Amino acid sequence: MKKIVYMDNAATTPVRAEVLAGMLPYFGNDFANPASKYRFASKPYAELDEARVKVASAIGAAGADEIYFTGSGTESDNWAIRGAAFANINKGKHIITTAFEHHAVLETCKNLESHGFEVTYLLPDKNGRINPADVESAIRADTTVISVIFVNNELGVIQPIEEIGRIARSRGVIFHTDAVQAVAHIPVDVVGCNIDLLSLSAHKFYGPKGVAALYIRKGVKIEPIIFGGMQEGNKRAGTHNTPGIIGLGLAIEYGLAEMEAEAERLNKLRSKLVTGIMQGIPFAKLNGSENRAPGVVNISFRFIESESILNLLDFKGICASSGSACNSDSLEASHVLLAIGMSHEEANGTVRFSLGRYNTESDVDYVLEALPPIIEKLRNMSPLYDDFLRGKK
Amino acid sequence: MYSNKVLEHIDKPRNVGEIENASGVGTVGNARCGDIMRMYLSIEDNVITDAKFKTFGCGAAIATSSAATEMVIGKTVQEALKITNQNVMEALDGLPAPKVHCSCLAEEALHAALWDYSQKQGIFLEGLKPPDKG
Repeated sequence: MKKIVYMDNAATTPVRAEVLAGMLPYFGNDFANPASKYRFASKPYAELDEARVKVASAIGAAGADEIYFTGSGTESDNWAIRGAAFANINKGKHIITTAFEHHAVLETCKNLESHGFEVTYLLPDKNGRINPADVESAIRADTTVISVIFVNNELGVIQPIEEIGRIARSRGVIFHTDAVQAVAHIPVDVVGCNIDLLSLSAHKFYGPKGVAALYIRKGVKIEPIIFGGMQEGNKRAGTHNTPGIIGLGLAIEYGLAEMEAEAERLNKLRSKLVTGIMQGIPFAKLNGSENRAPGVVNISFRFIESESILNLLDFKGICASSGSACNSDSLEASHVLLAIGMSHEEANGTVRFSLGRYNTESDVDYVLEALPPIIEKLRNMSPLYDDFLRGKK
Repeated sequence: MYSNKVLEHIDKPRNVGEIENASGVGTVGNARCGDIMRMYLSIEDNVITDAKFKTFGCGAAIATSSAATEMVIGKTVQEALKITNQNVMEALDGLPAPKVHCSCLAEEALHAALWDYSQKQGIFLEGLKPPDKG
């Protein structure tokens, strides 16, 4: 492979060198199972606790004992919704979520529907924002769980989590947020936002894959979904992924320390990328409101299809995506873009660039140079563009 | 992941464009499914002398259109009618399972263009059915 310009940081990020270095001893010399009671296990055990403290502090949790380590953001989302829905089944079987959640939330809800639960899917507005008033009016006497994504993964738009949290708390409904794209990118405060359950995942902020966490506010009723040993306060069984958890702790600590400065840097790069694309390419449309996490750019190019854009970008060594990597084998247009009211044609021509800490201004310049001829080449190949030009004549 | 042949066709598609006063033109697919193919044929004395395409769609849709136009040039109408989506896939060293439908679309686009030709000429072509109105 020659030059690679990686602009898909919302899909995953590389593990930062300091984090990797901090993890390595726990694959080797300090491999002991932290649940073991001999002194040889005391170091990994202590480090596990340390990681818990770091995560708690990063999201403003009242105590480290409210942090539970899991194997993925998907597991955290599954556990939060399924666990809370079944634990509170005596109150009711109604769940409120949105139509543009990650599939980890949507598929969990779909599965719960097959168990007799009822789910309300709220629609965002055309700028990709959920209206808190819609959440309020959807609440019923039998509503047990509200789940709203913190930062939408395709659009990058920040949701009104504080307002929704206030509503949920005042109505006595458990509030979960999938904050996988938010944590360590924008300020997150579980206490201030009245969040009961929050999912986060290490690989979205320069930590390792295969390790994540669920914040469970003390007193929130939730059943386990994985059964076995007594790890994680008897709530999530399975031998601890010690190196992964330690990596998560380090990554979140480094991420928080540089969050503000990095957000400012990324916003500048993003502005340059957006301005360059919008000025250099006709019939392009920027999607999502400006209240967004830094680095995410979602743009639709009319008359062409995104996968072919990605193929041609790939030939230039540029990695971008057309939405969620988890769903890249699907032939369907993005459910997120359809939810904000885009047509199939427009949704099919949408590309997401997500900038990260290893992107430089020269990466942005490179993309701005490579992209316009790619779009032009595909438009010259497109029967829709032909029809459009003929209609104009 | 795509085969090297598919990637090569995406990078350098053959026969992109249109033919003025084509002997036959066929358009299949729709934007909802994410693929539209338009194929143009020049036919002289029952032989396809030129073929061009315009495609809106994924990389596989571009590659199958490109390969199909390449395959039909020089063939008689009857020979072209025998080309199946399987032949197109073989020419590309295969397609990932979710993309097999692109090869079907290429076959349909070819048939639609031949149907248009047969209608314009007022001739009957054995084995050719009118294209589905998508």
